[in-house]
Amino acid sequence: MSDFIAPADEAGVVAAIQSAIAAREPLSIEGNGSKRGLLRPVQAARGLTTRGLTGITLYKPTELVLSARAGTPMPEIEATLAERGQMLAPEPPDMRGIFGVAEPATIGGLVATNLSGPRRITVGSVRDHLLGIRFVNGAGEVIRSGGRVLKNVTGLDLCKLLAGSHGTLGVLTEVTMKVLPAAEASATLAIAVPDLAAGVKALSAGLTSPFGVTGAALRIDPHGATALLRLEDLSESVRYRGARLREDLASFGDVSLIEDSAGLWRGIRDAEPLGAAEEDAIWRLSVRPSAAPALAAALQAAFGARLLLDWGGGLIWVAGPATEAAHAAVMAATAAARGSFTLFRAPAPMRAALPVMPPEAPALAAIAARVQAALDPFGLFNPGRMRSRP
Amino acid sequence: MISLPPPKPEILARRDAIVAELHALLPADAVIHEALRMRPYETDGLSAYRQMPLAVVLPSTTDQVAAVMRYCHEQGIRVVPRGAGTSLSGGALPLEDAVVIGLMRMNRILEIDFDDRLAVVEAGVTNLGITKAVEHEGFFYAPDPSSQLACMIGGNVNMNSGGAHCLKYGVTANNLLGLKLVTPTGDIVEVGGDHLDSAGYDWLGLMTGSEGMLGIVTEVTVRILRGPEGARAMLAAFKGTEIAGQAVDAIIGSGIIPVALEFMDKPCIHACEAFAHAGYPLDAEAMLIIEVEGSVAEQDFLLHRIKEICARFDPISLKVATSVEESMAIWKGRKGAFGAVGRISPDYLCMDGTIPTGELPFVLKRIGEMSTQYGLQVANVFHAGDGNLHPLIMFDANDPASFHRAEAFGADILKLCVEVGGCLTGEHGVGVEKRDLMHVQFHPHELDQQRAIKTAFDPAWLLNPHKVFPLTEHA
Ligand SMILES: Cc1cc2nc3c(=O)[nH]c(=O)nc-3n(C[C@H](O)[C@H](O)[C@H](O)COP(=O)(O)OP(=O)(O)OC[C@H]3O[C@@H](n4cnc5c(N)ncnc54)[C@H](O)[C@@H]3O)c2cc1C
Ligand SMILES: Cc1cc2nc3c(=O)[nH]c(=O)nc-3n(C[C@H](O)[C@H](O)[C@H](O)COP(=O)(O)OP(=O)(O)OC[C@H]3O[C@@H](n4cnc5c(N)ncnc54)[C@H](O)[C@@H]3O)c2cc1C
Repeated sequence: MSDFIAPADEAGVVAAIQSAIAAREPLSIEGNGSKRGLLRPVQAARGLTTRGLTGITLYKPTELVLSARAGTPMPEIEATLAERGQMLAPEPPDMRGIFGVAEPATIGGLVATNLSGPRRITVGSVRDHLLGIRFVNGAGEVIRSGGRVLKNVTGLDLCKLLAGSHGTLGVLTEVTMKVLPAAEASATLAIAVPDLAAGVKALSAGLTSPFGVTGAALRIDPHGATALLRLEDLSESVRYRGARLREDLASFGDVSLIEDSAGLWRGIRDAEPLGAAEEDAIWRLSVRPSAAPALAAALQAAFGARLLLDWGGGLIWVAGPATEAAHAAVMAATAAARGSFTLFRAPAPMRAALPVMPPEAPALAAIAARVQAALDPFGLFNPGRMRSRP
Repeated sequence: MISLPPPKPEILARRDAIVAELHALLPADAVIHEALRMRPYETDGLSAYRQMPLAVVLPSTTDQVAAVMRYCHEQGIRVVPRGAGTSLSGGALPLEDAVVIGLMRMNRILEIDFDDRLAVVEAGVTNLGITKAVEHEGFFYAPDPSSQLACMIGGNVNMNSGGAHCLKYGVTANNLLGLKLVTPTGDIVEVGGDHLDSAGYDWLGLMTGSEGMLGIVTEVTVRILRGPEGARAMLAAFKGTEIAGQAVDAIIGSGIIPVALEFMDKPCIHACEAFAHAGYPLDAEAMLIIEVEGSVAEQDFLLHRIKEICARFDPISLKVATSVEESMAIWKGRKGAFGAVGRISPDYLCMDGTIPTGELPFVLKRIGEMSTQYGLQVANVFHAGDGNLHPLIMFDANDPASFHRAEAFGADILKLCVEVGGCLTGEHGVGVEKRDLMHVQFHPHELDQQRAIKTAFDPAWLLNPHKVFPLTEHA
């Protein structure tokens, strides 16, 4: 892409979109603007990046709320929150490792991808913590939805619609998030389990305990697997619950207590234990936890998939050869489990040729096309990013 | 008084034929058209507004809902979905030329899976019915509106209802996995699923809180949670609302998020005490109910910490429950708050704005001034942790002037909420009640953007066309 517009403010975004409307020229929408590896390649002559829209505009720790312009880098937001002992509870991953890029994600890119980490299983996703947005639609209008308060049901919830829409419905200029106190203490129980099925059962046992588990992942090792259950709370609680949970889980295998597990969960958050080779494709699957063992077995049989499970087995990271056959196996196995997938990382030709997410039922696809037209009437934003347009 | 879109004369004229055709689509007892039997459907929890519908249908399957929707779509007949009719914003108010689709016969629990922590239920299952079905295993469905005995999950989804415990567990939107629904054109579609975070647009999130304007929900897959080992409440009473607000800030600022944090002002304390004899301190200007969870030792520890924080704000009394019974006694007054106010004044309007919690003292002061100005009493009960206010404005329904003053008072409170950075409704929805105030919060083009999304789902504006948006040529 030769031409890149990097407005410094919202008015600049509006102006850029107005000229795109005038020229009827689609735009590739980017946060930190140096990544081309995302979902389907976009056909656009020009790019629009929100990296110039930076800065935290509101932070009220006792009201549990933070607003920032869309291009604010995530490390800046995380550092500001950490100073006051707070966090973005859904634990968004840092995907720089997986994609081999240097630039950190922006908060706008985070919302547009709705990527959540291990704590999602208990506290909800990024979109669950999204309180308000400002965005520019494809008619060049600034639209607000939600607000800066924790409870708000006024009108249709466009925050939910824009979250995870990958820049296809509007350009976010500012977002407001609910923030929460970071836990005083944490600890992790590691259970050596014979196989993946037993591991998912152990995770379920942890998640159906009354002890408020906030992370439930399964690392696949050469000779078995390790189920990991995290507790986070006041130190007294972590100590007490750790001991109780340990007793409850003893029947699943050897249990050990890891006192300092922050690094371990950072790794899981960023899918490091998946151990994907550089040339591997990566898929991210979401299924009902009890469906995970059969699905995993199918993928291991089909192409020797490498796996990492999170969310009690409900999130499956898969690495394997970047081939059509492997992709077909992922699609079939996910469909059989009635789950969802994204082709997360793959060479551009593969992403251009294959569906990067499950197809939508025809009745829903028709509504989707009309919703898209309602927000982006000239089809300017990231054409073809999520699905090939008819 | 609220205005409704003019009925379509051609539909009214065909009423008998329409009733007969609906009969042909549904089981014999599923169509109601006699005035006497339609009477219960003419209003909802906002009983000041009433309107008899064209007919009422009570389908018992998704296919029947789809058949009715296809028929109404073809014939251009308006449709109003209805759950239990407990909406406080007139969300279920019918139209003279509309068919009400009542979901109450779709009340089966289809699946419960404790290991996967989900339940699949039909739209007419009550909120409490879900918890009742899973509590023998120690599980519960988290959002707990005070109306939970009656209100239905389909209504909860469409209003994105909250409850006293949503500070910790979130509102309806945060506790759903998937929906089956019938589109305005009569197609059956599924959104979300039995897993988290589907790729693609978040239809589940958009549908939640859409107030019956985008589709008829027939099945809901909810997350169920294992309950904590136990829970206990404490009560803290203060000399002023401002200082009580500071105590709330201090608790949250300390890093503790209690599972519930409820606020009552003096008139509300008095009303509830007279009703429930819960032992509330009558000399307090403001009172907090704070609940924590965990083992008994954890509860002791947390309540001790919170008590220490509250002690810094010169409290009139601090009472920590020492048993489940004492906890229930503390909650009894709060849970009966609406009923208690109802005993003082049979008619009241329950408002539902949200404000940034830091604005609480200012907003309560302004509400007090307005109460004098309008000559109407008001009691405030309030989800303090999340800033969701419920001022209860008392009036006399036999005196139309008093009702109009109450409405104007309510509108002023909501405008104030928006002015200080909040919103018109935190959990009760816009419905017809707050429809004409939407311009206070949104610019015209922002409302048009939302309308365009409604049009994408419902091109002919047949489904609940008189809700949420100020009336236009659409409706
Ligand atoms: C399916 C998937 C594939 C991914 N592939 C890659 C990859 O190939 N390379 C990589 O480095 N990271 C990738 N990521 C990680 C992701 O980009 C980062 O985790 C981060 O959340 C976004 O980074 P960013 O802010 O730089 O946005 P970008 O990576 O520039 O954009 C991410 C997405 O969000 C949209 N977007 C960004 N900002 C805005 C905005 N202000 N308004 C509207 N839409 C916006 C973009 O159009 C794009 O679709 C991927 C994530 C997902 C979910
Ligand atoms: C005493 C009392 C206390 C209350 N306390 C709370 C509270 O604590 N928190 C709270 O959030 N609310 C509360 N409410 C408000 C009300 O109970 C909620 O809004 C509830 O979710 C409504 O559910 P319902 O089944 O009664 O729906 P209804 O009132 O019948 O309908 C509500 C809306 O949803 C639509 N609808 C209903 N079912 C469907 C469906 N299946 N498909 C599509 N659209 C549908 C209707 O058209 C309407 O717009 C209270 C109400 C009362 C009377």
